Parts: sequence; C-alpha cells; structure tokens
Amino acid sequence: MRRRLDLTFPPRQAKKPITWHLVRDFDLVPNILRAQIQPGQYGRMVVEVSGKREDIEAAMAFLAHEGLEVRPAASDIALDEERCVVCGLCTAVCKPGAMVLGERAELVFDKDKCVYCEACVSACPRRAVTLSF
Amino acid sequence: MAKSWEEINARIASGDAVVLTAEEFAQVAAEDGVKAAARKVDVVTTGTFGPMCSSGAFLNFGHADPPIKMGEIELNDVPASGGLAAVDTYLGVTEPSRTRGIEYGGAHVIEDLLRGRAVRLRARGPGTDCYPRTEIDTWVTLDDLNQAYLFNPRNAYQNYAVAVNSTDRTLRTYLGTLLPKYGNATYCSSGSLSPLLNDPTYRAIGVGTRCFVAGAPGFVAWEGTQHNPNQARDDNGVPVAPSGTLAVIADLKAADAGFFSAATMSGYGVSAFVGVGVPIPVLDEDLAATLALTDAQLSATVFDYGVARRSRPNLGTVTYEELRGGAIEVEGRKVPCGPISSLAVARRIAEDLKRWVAEERFTLSAPLRPLPGPGAPPFKPLEERGEPEPVLGAEEASGDA
Ligand code: SF4
Ligand code: SF4
Repeated sequence: MRRRLDLTFPPRQAKKPITWHLVRDFDLVPNILRAQIQPGQYGRMVVEVSGKREDIEAAMAFLAHEGLEVRPAASDIALDEERCVVCGLCTAVCKPGAMVLGERAELVFDKDKCVYCEACVSACPRRAVTLSF
Repeated sequence: MAKSWEEINARIASGDAVVLTAEEFAQVAAEDGVKAAARKVDVVTTGTFGPMCSSGAFLNFGHADPPIKMGEIELNDVPASGGLAAVDTYLGVTEPSRTRGIEYGGAHVIEDLLRGRAVRLRARGPGTDCYPRTEIDTWVTLDDLNQAYLFNPRNAYQNYAVAVNSTDRTLRTYLGTLLPKYGNATYCSSGSLSPLLNDPTYRAIGVGTRCFVAGAPGFVAWEGTQHNPNQARDDNGVPVAPSGTLAVIADLKAADAGFFSAATMSGYGVSAFVGVGVPIPVLDEDLAATLALTDAQLSATVFDYGVARRSRPNLGTVTYEELRGGAIEVEGRKVPCGPISSLAVARRIAEDLKRWVAEERFTLSAPLRPLPGPGAPPFKPLEERGEPEPVLGAEEASGDA
C-alpha cells in the first residue's frame, strides 16, 4: 500500500537520517515530495511511502516515538472550476509545473506532476484550489 | 485615408461595420499590411480582466420607517462609507470584513449582490429631528436598492509592472506571492488586448467613451487616479511601465458576476477582478498601427519588489511574448513567470464587445474631453512635511477686496 505522510521535525531531530530508517528498518520505499529541513529549526517533509501496511504503521509509531509530528498529507488537490477565473496566478508559484496555462490561455492541471506543496492553495485569489486529506 | 466617428457610427447603426478584436486585427494587419487593415476594419475591441483594487459601488438603500441617517454602515460586516447623505454609501472593494478579515471584503459583498444573494445591512445613526432612528438591522438584495452603480476610480492600467523578489524570503504582494531569490515573476496586463496599450496617446479614449465595465455597458468617467501619461515610452509611443488609467462607471444591476470576481491576495488584502473593454474606432493609419501591435512588440518593466521603497530598482524590460512563454530572463537568470490577469476572460470581453458593436449596434462616443496626455503636469509623490506656515494677512486681504 501507499501512504502520504506530512512530517514535522522538532529542531533537535532535524539531523536524524529518518528516510534511511524508513528504508532499512521498515523496508519502505520513500518518495520525498517536499522537504524543508534546516539544522536547529522546525522542519517539514512530505513523503510518500510504499510498503506493507504493518510496516507503514510500525514506521509511523517509530517516527512519533522519535518526537516527530506525523499527520496524513494532502492526498488530493481539487480545482473548483466555477470559482476559477483562469488568472494564472497559481502557475506562477507551482514549481513542478503541475498547473500551467495551455495554448488558449486555459488552466491545465497535471495531477501527476503535483507534489502537494500547497503553494497554489494560498496563492489563488479566488480560493478555487482546495486540498483534501 | 481617415474615417470620422460619424461614418463609423453610421456603419455600426446599419449593421455594416467590420469589427475585430485587437488580436484579430493584428493578424489582418500582419497579412495585408496596416494600410489595408485600416481601410477594411472599422472598430477594434479590447479587453482586460485583472485585480483592480481601486473599485467600488455607490448604493442607495431607500428610507426605512422611521427613517435613519446612516452613519456607521456595515454590509455583511464590511464597513461602508457613512460620509454621504442619509441612505447613500460607497463600498470600496478592498475594505476587509470586521469578522472575517481579508477572506471576505467589499468585493465579496458586491459579488454576492451580483449573484442575487441577500446581504445584511446594519447601520447606526445619531438620531435627529428628521431622522429619529438610531439603529437598523435588515437584509437587502440588489433588486431592493434604488441605485447601485460601480464607480471605479482606477481601472484598466496602461501597462503594469513585472514583479520579482531579490530577497531571501517569500513576499506576499498585490502582485501575488513572490518567491525568494528571483524564484518567480508575476505580471498583470492583457498585453496586446489591453485597452490603453491599443490607444497609447488617448486619441479615441477619453471622458464619455462608451465601454464595457464588468459585463455592463458603461462609460469612462474621468482619467483614473494615478493617471501618469509621462512614463517612459517605446518607439511606438507605448508606455513601458505603469502609466495611464481610467475611472469608469456602470450600472451594477446590469453587471455580470462573470466579469466581476472578488479576490483575496493572501497576506495582502481584498481586491476584485474587473472586466473592462473599450471599442476603438480605426480612425486612421496611425491609430491602426498601434492597434496592430502584438505581444512581441509590447514590453513591460521588471521591478524588484524586494526593495520596499517608492522607487523600486528597475531590472530592465521584457516583452509580453516572453512573459506569455512562461519564463523571462532577469539579471542573467531564467525566471519562471505567471500572470495575475486572465487572458482567457480578456478574450471573452473583447469577443462580447465585438458582438455588442456588430450585432447589438453599440455605437461609439467620441471623447467629450481628452485624458491628460504626454506632457501633462507631472504625477506627484507624497512628500512628508510639517504644518505649513499660515498665509499672513489672508483674512485682511479678503476684507480689503
Ligand atoms: S490562481 Fe486560482 S483562479 Fe487563478 S487560475 Fe489558478 S486556480 Fe484559477
Ligand atoms: S500543490 Fe499546487 S503548487 Fe504545489 S505542485 Fe501541486 S499544483 Fe503545484
């Protein structure tokens, strides 16, 4: 199975090789979607892990025990086309290029490229982009 | 070859006028030449749809019984001006709600009214002999109001800035989220479709010009606030930085929520996307030449919004064609960019306006008064100074006269 986790690291844990533990101790395949970790500061990482259900659960227990805050990460981005005015402002903050303007200046959302960074959610002046968990 | 306003209006009235959008006109001019295009085409339509903070509506509620002189006025918890007559108000789009802050403001109230929703009106008054009441709490819809008209002091900016951020922190601005270290660029113009870029020296657009405002037929009421015709211009006479502006007026009851959309710029405030389109008569070849300009021939200036001063560092110009391509070069770096003004809706406005002129015989009005053009008195910043010395002898002087 596959799970997307949103991890918050307290400052003292920022140096721990968390991903390595996920691979070695729990046999999981991690895919880091987003990470912002700096020594001595609160860090955040959104990681998609695939592996056996019990291994994922054990890994989550381990992460919590290590002092990380573990939450399910956004699993979907929804675009409300009624609200969207196709301004294109979301495309200006979408680093992976999941939201782009097409040939006819229409908004194209390529879910496969989305890393659920949420940048478009706060950038959209029409509040047309929402996250679900 | 020159055509008069009367000739063009006669062709519109008889249904013979040839009307094209600015994008279509540029194509015809590229194929047949400007001269032939000027002969063939009578009217060119333009459009723009971006956040325009300086917008709002005048509303008249009618009198309650007993009547009240409304002082403090709130619509869905958004304060509106109490400084007009007893039951008149002006609601500015950027006014935040007292309860929901910038997530709901004046623009949202206007959009709710346009969408037929009831809005809660609460007001307090001083209680006077003619207006004894001191409080009212009721609900109103757009239909209930006597007059409701948009009066937008500054719309349709003639060009705008391209914004980047040199600092190492994310900036939340009226031009959207600017990522650190030149991480992105944003811009706000419909480029070759933009009304004032098509008539750069205001030959056809002036006070009294009939136009499209938020889906309703409206008028240019005046030059817009901050109108600055003295900006740097390119070889075609087109400003390369924020320049002229229009104050526009239209009946809110005839407007359409598809062309007036409330906006919240996170970390900045409330605004409203407003659709403005102006039909421009092809009076002669000179005007045809600017109507034919394409995104490749129109430029905007890149400014560093990381420097929060009146004059931000100018980092050079880029063309709208480059901006539409999704990346520009700034200080030797490739910077991804995105618009905050909707080209898709701007195109719909130009198309709608084309239909109005060609099919609904929407005739044009020559300016009753021109807008201040290049060479007008300079646009002034606000200088801070102490209280000026009183003018000595002013009273005696008037007594002497
Ligand atoms: S920022 Fe919002 S309104 Fe603008 S194009 Fe993106 S989703 Fe649509
Ligand atoms: S969350 Fe939004 S900004 Fe981030 S990658 Fe997905 S679409 Fe792009």
